[in-house]
Amino acid sequence: MANDLSIKVNGRMYPVDASPDTPLLYVLSNELSLHGPRFGCGLAQCGSCSVLVDGVEVRSCQTAVATVAGKAVTTLEGLAAWYAEQKGLKLAPALHPLQQAFIDEQAPHCGYCTNGMIIKGSELLAGNPRPTEAQIRTAMDGHLCRCGTYPRVMKAIQVASRAIVGGTP
Amino acid sequence: MNQHSTFDIASAAFSRRDLIRGGALIVGFAMTGLPPGATAAPGAVAGPPDPSRIDSWIAVHADSTATVFLGKCELGQGNTTGLLQIAGEELDLDMSQLSTVRLDTNVSPNQGATTSSSSIHRGGPQVRAAAAEARQALLLLASVRLGVQPGSLTVSRGVVSIDGEPDRSVTYGELIGDKPLDMKFTGTAPQKPVSRYKLVGTRVPRLDIPDKVAAKYTHMQHVRVAGMLHGRVVRPRGQRGYGAGAKPVAIDGTSIAGIAGARVVRRGDFVGVVAEREWDAVRAASALKVTWQETATLPGNADLHDRMRSAKTNDTIITSIGDPEKAFATAAYVAAATFKCPYQAHAPFGPNCALADVGPDGALVMSSTQDIYNSRDMLASVLGLPVGKVRVQYYEGSGTFGHSCYEDAAQAAAIMSQQVGRPVRVQFMRWDEHGWDNYGPAHLADVRAAIDHNGKIVAYEYHGWQHGWIVTENSHELALQSGPAERTGGAASIPVNRMSTGSMYASPNRRVVSHAVPMVGYLRGAALRSPLDLSFSFASEQVIDTLARTARIDPLIFRRNNIADPRWLGVLNAAAAAADLSSGLPRPSPRDSDIVTGWGIGLGTHHVSYGAAVAEIEVNRRTGVIVAKRLYGALDAGLVVNPALVENQIVGQMVQATSRVLKEEVIFDKSNVTSVDWASYSVLRFAEHPDVVPVVVQRMEEPSTGAGEEVMGATAAAIANAFFDATGARLYQYPMTPPRVIAALATIRT
Repeated sequence: MANDLSIKVNGRMYPVDASPDTPLLYVLSNELSLHGPRFGCGLAQCGSCSVLVDGVEVRSCQTAVATVAGKAVTTLEGLAAWYAEQKGLKLAPALHPLQQAFIDEQAPHCGYCTNGMIIKGSELLAGNPRPTEAQIRTAMDGHLCRCGTYPRVMKAIQVASRAIVGGTP
Repeated sequence: MNQHSTFDIASAAFSRRDLIRGGALIVGFAMTGLPPGATAAPGAVAGPPDPSRIDSWIAVHADSTATVFLGKCELGQGNTTGLLQIAGEELDLDMSQLSTVRLDTNVSPNQGATTSSSSIHRGGPQVRAAAAEARQALLLLASVRLGVQPGSLTVSRGVVSIDGEPDRSVTYGELIGDKPLDMKFTGTAPQKPVSRYKLVGTRVPRLDIPDKVAAKYTHMQHVRVAGMLHGRVVRPRGQRGYGAGAKPVAIDGTSIAGIAGARVVRRGDFVGVVAEREWDAVRAASALKVTWQETATLPGNADLHDRMRSAKTNDTIITSIGDPEKAFATAAYVAAATFKCPYQAHAPFGPNCALADVGPDGALVMSSTQDIYNSRDMLASVLGLPVGKVRVQYYEGSGTFGHSCYEDAAQAAAIMSQQVGRPVRVQFMRWDEHGWDNYGPAHLADVRAAIDHNGKIVAYEYHGWQHGWIVTENSHELALQSGPAERTGGAASIPVNRMSTGSMYASPNRRVVSHAVPMVGYLRGAALRSPLDLSFSFASEQVIDTLARTARIDPLIFRRNNIADPRWLGVLNAAAAAADLSSGLPRPSPRDSDIVTGWGIGLGTHHVSYGAAVAEIEVNRRTGVIVAKRLYGALDAGLVVNPALVENQIVGQMVQATSRVLKEEVIFDKSNVTSVDWASYSVLRFAEHPDVVPVVVQRMEEPSTGAGEEVMGATAAAIANAFFDATGARLYQYPMTPPRVIAALATIRT
């Protein structure tokens, strides 16, 4: 299904083979072989497929690929580079501070929700580097976890907040 | 060392793409980190490899690293890290020198299912013994090489040297490097005494986490192979009563004619669709018009427990001590109540996914099974192939917490691949997983307990009703049109668990009876994390709490007075100390405001280990909403190989148990299940999560026992008892939803 559609993902342009109504998730998974966004419900209820579109968290399972043409899509794979761009860093760190905090706090279990948690958390920290606990609870409420990692995700966001505010990349 | 890193094997899946292109089967491949010839061509033949050979368990490489072949799968609980710590301890290697490989029926020793928190408990001793025996053999080789007795040798990081002469040394790699040890595994080699442990008992970070946060991990849902089709199952939205099946009366193939490349795959009552593109398969599964035979064999939620009580049951006396009837007759006070507990779903966060490549000569199936060898047997039966022609490889999915739809997805993919002659990837949709799960069975309990004038428990009785577990999968039953099958007896069924029903209390008279309800006409059942233990503890510990309140003894002190076993006492006191409650619960808050606060204690476990919990909750008496504010959980699992892993498991268990006791319930009418997504099946959300303080009660001299599910029952019970503390009312049914809370509060206002 040749068409003229191209999308920008993690700073690179990719021609899209899929039909314009195809959910972005299936393009990212099947055409770009990305491991960040993944299928969870297909209903925008859980957050496992989250990506940033122009810095705003969206559910790629319910976003037609054509609607992100001309916008910048960032997945978990490109989060450190996106962070470097936000902060005006010359060199991107290996990991976004929130990814590092997930390691430091040993937050994930199965790691399936981790994509959405980090994407949403990084969106929150970009707009509000010092969120209160209540603000974190509210911002993250659309992201479910089955393994019970919420307390450690909370802690990881707080740790990343301190790292970002303290200037440590 | 990186080439041996644990999860590098994931990349092997991609290099194998070429090998399975066009449906051709792999006949053999060299595993990452193992040069060809290191053992008898690992992967070339159907397993399991001979468990009585050391080479089936451990391969030592030229650079003195080692590959440990594990038969227990990583589910996100960290068992890979823990098992490698055990191997490293005995081999005197550090973590950077250890790796493992993907579970594969051509490669992995059969350590049984990764269920019942058995990885460290039952898998650990095998790994420890194999590593100890390999080390003994290596020291023997070193003693010949260095010309001294083995007793005068010491090992550090795979370097063997003469004690006191560090310059005279030889490495494991120099001794054996990549050659098989070629020796019998006798299990008799001396093992390191606990007092000399350096690696076991330490907080090694999980090996899988860095890749998981960096989008480098390969979950099952990520796997693609060349030439594959995307498949979806087509079923009624929500399962019917067990035994009623799902019979397609008519399938209108023209309804998907407009979707390019989509086609129907049918075998017996099994219906699926395949397409070249995933979105087309999704659309086709949704668009395909199927008329299903109507059935209405379910009781519906409202009549569930009454039907269970009136069922013709198969009864088993689980425990019978003393003469409870006589003791009840003469007791100072008797507490008795009936408790109703729901069906609950595994609902893995990512629905199950599997990929199968089935040809006339054999099959390769990749899935998130918890038991590769059992999965292989079942697939062989569905496909009509000899077991040795089926190869199963494990890829971690999302947290499954028991027998979710992984085998169903694997069989669906295999059935479709066999029909279309190409590899097929099946991704269950959210409603497939939620609607066709093998749920944690519902439960009904009659509990009675009594005390004497001194507050000593003198009699205890528990009657529990529940049905068993499935033995064949949906896809199997549909494709082969086989009749219902379940486990109603024997070790694999689900009787009442004696450990969680009063065993912690030193009552001289105790009786526990299990009433097995036939599963036909109910929902599909299977093991859900800590099977039925939430229900047992929710019921049992509320009756114990009632006795304490009646005797006007603090619930903490009451339990201390009635426990003789130091390990139960240990976890109770550890949880209480963490909550700063060493002398009892605080005074309840005044009950005249909308928001009231309460504290509760609960005990429970699964079949091993000891769990205790303290809960602090808030109840909004106007809205009926319960918020678990703070939870404190203590777990004694004997020797804890890695306390950080177990702390993480305690946090996960307590949050999940909070979700289950406050929110989760499978909804169904007389015809089918209707809770088929996250909107209709509620779970605990981020904003609602409690703070959790985990406490590991480390007992280095005790054998390791399970740590993945043993504090869930205690958590549910602590929350239930905190509700009474806060409100003065009891909830006899969970989940403890706002309508039930408001109804319970109404009973005390009158």
